[in-house]
Amino acid sequence: MQCSVWEIFVPNYHRKLSRPIIASRVSAGFPSPAEDYIEGRIDLNKDLIPHPFTTFYIRVMGDSMESLICSGELLIVDRMPESNDKDIVVARLGNDLCVKRLRILDDGSVWLFSENPNYKPIQIGEEDDFEVWGKVLHSIQSF
Amino acid sequence: MGESSAFDSILLAMIALVDCNNFYVSCERVFAPKLKDCPVVVLSNNDGCVIARSEEAKALGIKMGTPYFQIDYLIEKEHLTVFSSNYCLYGDMSLRVMEALNSFAPETEIYSIDEAFLNIESEGMESIAFAQKLRSDVLKWLGLPVSVGIAPNKTLAKIANRIAKKLNLGVFELSDENQIKNVLSETPINDVWGIGYNSARKLKELGITNAFQLRNLDRRWARKLLSVVGARIVEELNGKVCLPLELVPPPKKSITCSRSFGCMVEPFEYLNEALDCYLVKAGEKMRKKKLTANAVTVFLATNRFAKTEQYSNSLTIELANATNSTRELKDWTRKALHQIYKQGYLYKKVGVILQGLQPETSETIRLYNEPNYEKDKRLMQALDKISNKFGRDTIHFGVQRNNQCWQMKAEMKSQKYTTCLREVIQIW
Repeated sequence: MQCSVWEIFVPNYHRKLSRPIIASRVSAGFPSPAEDYIEGRIDLNKDLIPHPFTTFYIRVMGDSMESLICSGELLIVDRMPESNDKDIVVARLGNDLCVKRLRILDDGSVWLFSENPNYKPIQIGEEDDFEVWGKVLHSIQSF
Repeated sequence: MGESSAFDSILLAMIALVDCNNFYVSCERVFAPKLKDCPVVVLSNNDGCVIARSEEAKALGIKMGTPYFQIDYLIEKEHLTVFSSNYCLYGDMSLRVMEALNSFAPETEIYSIDEAFLNIESEGMESIAFAQKLRSDVLKWLGLPVSVGIAPNKTLAKIANRIAKKLNLGVFELSDENQIKNVLSETPINDVWGIGYNSARKLKELGITNAFQLRNLDRRWARKLLSVVGARIVEELNGKVCLPLELVPPPKKSITCSRSFGCMVEPFEYLNEALDCYLVKAGEKMRKKKLTANAVTVFLATNRFAKTEQYSNSLTIELANATNSTRELKDWTRKALHQIYKQGYLYKKVGVILQGLQPETSETIRLYNEPNYEKDKRLMQALDKISNKFGRDTIHFGVQRNNQCWQMKAEMKSQKYTTCLREVIQIW
């Protein structure tokens, strides 16, 4: 791999986001009507990533999840939450990691579904070496 | 004095030592699941020797510190997987582990890249259940297996952790007096935390070979033989708490940046180029921590394992004004290198140490007013911003180039999965 250029990838949570101070001051003029509504700016790190230290980034290649997730998109994967039926997950099946929709049916059977109908669902057997690696929280598509 | 009384009074406060199993190998495995159950080793800088082994690699008889060339035949023969060390990855995973541990116990002491002491306030079965939960959560959240040793103090927690690992228990608690006696008599003194090679030798001469004998050593003797720290360790083996958690890491006194070259280097300019590169890294670190240096040391050395003429030397320059300007330090390191450089030798290593670090304050007194001071400060800020955003190798000082010759060997390095967007793991 060529030497890295973008070292921005671990979100910096220790950076303080400075917010405007709203504490009222004694002032002679008419108070700004917006004063009560000032908030901090949107910080995607904070809003999209609840557990930074268990969150990993994964690049998806291939079309098995199209049209939900396209090839080249960047997944934000959190390993902390438990995964439930219908969640999009990164799963480890044997030696490989893949991104699929997790289905846990009423009869208790566990399946991995691709969004692309050209790919058949995979049923997970008792003996399969399988684990949910992490839950996909977001997928980022860049244009 | 009743021996067990000390234990009774401190049962409430327990210390857990959490240690990542085969940490570097485990980090590699998180992103390469196919390496599960396979022999894997990680090599030191420059692909020199083995510094981490999977259990399967240990089973092949590979020892810590084995030179790479002695085991490379195992790649074919035993499907051994070999990695160059990837400190970006290990460093980031370490931070994640420490944050995870912190969510379990607010009082933690980071002891090394893969170990931390935790203050846990529970007892008996509860602390074991707590540790098992911690273990399974860290495994799920980060994919890293850890072992936990629980005991009334740090010294015993270390011993408990060793047993957890050795017997593959995951968690081991050492709190029952009889059990402690048994365990200590089976722990060789070399394995007691803080007992170094020399102390162990001295103790063995006196017939003290295990931790139980050490625990019963007369206190005055302990102080004489082992100094103050050693005496505290003896107290801790007796169940007392003498080494409290260091919750705030002591501030850094110096920053060293140095590497061995991938090949031998002779010309002065090449050495200086390498030195500049290390200085840039060290300078960045220093400014990030808002520190300034009062002295700078430059050292160089030939390869002491080669049958060539040997020479090594170092020179420290004390600076009239504390500084954290790479530009200013660059002049000094060049001068220092010039002083100690001798022609005709093949050099293997050069490095820089920034010393006498102190917080950068606005009132840092400058003896004479340097016109470049403010300019330099702005230059360094801009430089750090650029390298933060685009990577360290984007912008260079005049001569600082990437010369293939002194670049470190790291031929089998994995990707920077967690710290570099271009190198994240890809899945299909």
